[in-house]
Amino acid sequence: MSLTVRIRKKLSHFTLAADFSADDHFTCLLGASGSGKSMLLKCIAGLEKPDEGYIELNGKVLYDSEKKIDIRPQDRNVGYLFQNYALFPNMTVKENILVSRHKDRNLPEVKDRAAELISLLQLEGFEDKYPNRISGGQQQRTALARIMMSDPGILLLDEPFAALDANLREKLQMEMKDVLAEYGQQVIMVTHDRDEAYRMSDAAGVLKEGQLIVFKPTRELFANPETVTAAGMIGCKNIVPVQIQNENELSVPSWGIRMTMTKPVPLETTHIGIKAHHFGNNKDYIFPVYYCGGMEDTFEHIIRFRFQEQEAGSADVWWKLPYAQTPDKLPDEIGFDEKDILLLH
Amino acid sequence: MDWYPLWNSLRIAAISCVIVFFLGIFLAQKVARLPRALKGILDVILTLPLVLPPTVCGYFLLLIFGARRPLGRLLATYGVSFVMSWPGGVLASILVAFPLMYRTARGAFESYNKDLTSAGRTLGLSDLYIFWRIQMPACKQGILAGIVLAFARALGEYGATSMLIGYTPGRTATISTTVYQMWRTGNDVMAFRWVLVNVAISAVVLLTVNMLEKRNR
Repeated sequence: MSLTVRIRKKLSHFTLAADFSADDHFTCLLGASGSGKSMLLKCIAGLEKPDEGYIELNGKVLYDSEKKIDIRPQDRNVGYLFQNYALFPNMTVKENILVSRHKDRNLPEVKDRAAELISLLQLEGFEDKYPNRISGGQQQRTALARIMMSDPGILLLDEPFAALDANLREKLQMEMKDVLAEYGQQVIMVTHDRDEAYRMSDAAGVLKEGQLIVFKPTRELFANPETVTAAGMIGCKNIVPVQIQNENELSVPSWGIRMTMTKPVPLETTHIGIKAHHFGNNKDYIFPVYYCGGMEDTFEHIIRFRFQEQEAGSADVWWKLPYAQTPDKLPDEIGFDEKDILLLH
Repeated sequence: MDWYPLWNSLRIAAISCVIVFFLGIFLAQKVARLPRALKGILDVILTLPLVLPPTVCGYFLLLIFGARRPLGRLLATYGVSFVMSWPGGVLASILVAFPLMYRTARGAFESYNKDLTSAGRTLGLSDLYIFWRIQMPACKQGILAGIVLAFARALGEYGATSMLIGYTPGRTATISTTVYQMWRTGNDVMAFRWVLVNVAISAVVLLTVNMLEKRNR
């Protein structure tokens, strides 16, 4: 399984420019709303046409502006799961699932496959119901079964969990991950939800205004997002500009602190990021701080503090501290470890 | 009582309704995809017969199909005439009923969730299948409303019809022209009978639509 995308398309506010090759089972493209991620999927599926470029799936060229190749969506063998599932309202669950094989729906192997998918996706007993009579989760599974029935070479998921409430979302993420792993085909998902990306994908990229700025294995992306945008996208709350004093010494003017590192700092570094969970009082670098507010979250405190020498007007620093680890009195000095400093550009 | 006007009216309304149905959804589908400027212009042209007085529509039809006009003459050499004959009634009904079908169909197509079409395409379904088996059923309410409005309008058409085909008993008489003719000649009883016939047909049409809607829900 492999997908190669190298396209440009001018949109109203920016130009979509993606250049990547994905061969992992599950790839996720993270982006804020309006970053062009749905448009990218639509270009892969052939529902939108890029201005120029090249798209290849499993060795077959789907689009090549130079050779004037532009395969119809019908012939691309690409499965597309829409955010609202796009189930056909005038067809039952079973008719929806069978729609791609409507011409030979009575063949034994088609019937068997449909029954298999209905059972795999736990839709037994709902076959004859219409889409508006089943739950959101069942609608999603019906849409997935319908796509699997058409036996695509790749599955494109367009924010599949965005319309679901939080409780249901986690449950369905887990179920879908299992189903897709069993199905085995390559999957590309776009989302704005970093947790979703972390939970489900093997490789991940970040889209900013149509540009794919980072693309690497998911765990590595979260450990080292490389860029300021990607760091924000993976949920890093504290991102500040830095100055490199010499190759091992960094200063953070807005926080009024400096650190001496054991490893040389890459010269391109312009910012650092510290995740809100990475503060504590038993760390490599410790600084005096004072506290200025907070909020209780479901399982943790969200504490806002400032370094003693912090510049006026700069944003408070966020510290997330699980309830179980919260001391009676917050320490006067806290800091972070060298390994938790995200070096960004 | 001579039932010819009933038969003629139903025939004219039914034929024009079928033609208007296909023409309306075809053009609605085409126009909905056009760029905005062109859409605006075409929209005005295609809706014009709705706001023009029917007699003006009839005048335009006479300008085009009149016996002394080029097209009228050309058609006459093939033995076809839309003036003073019942097929002219079909033509007049098409012209005035078309905007109703077109507007309602376009409204329905514009509020249609285009993801359904996209989904159909990625599932390998042909454009024809998608249009007739997915888009049309999804737009059923609007299309049905359009058909009913067009049929009712065609059945009640008077202005353009009387301009183009006049009133000849047993040849071009429709219910609405008969009502006027009966009343004009002082035959109030017959006029009233035809009014009742018209009301009855309209009621049956509306009842049928209501029943269809309920069954589909």
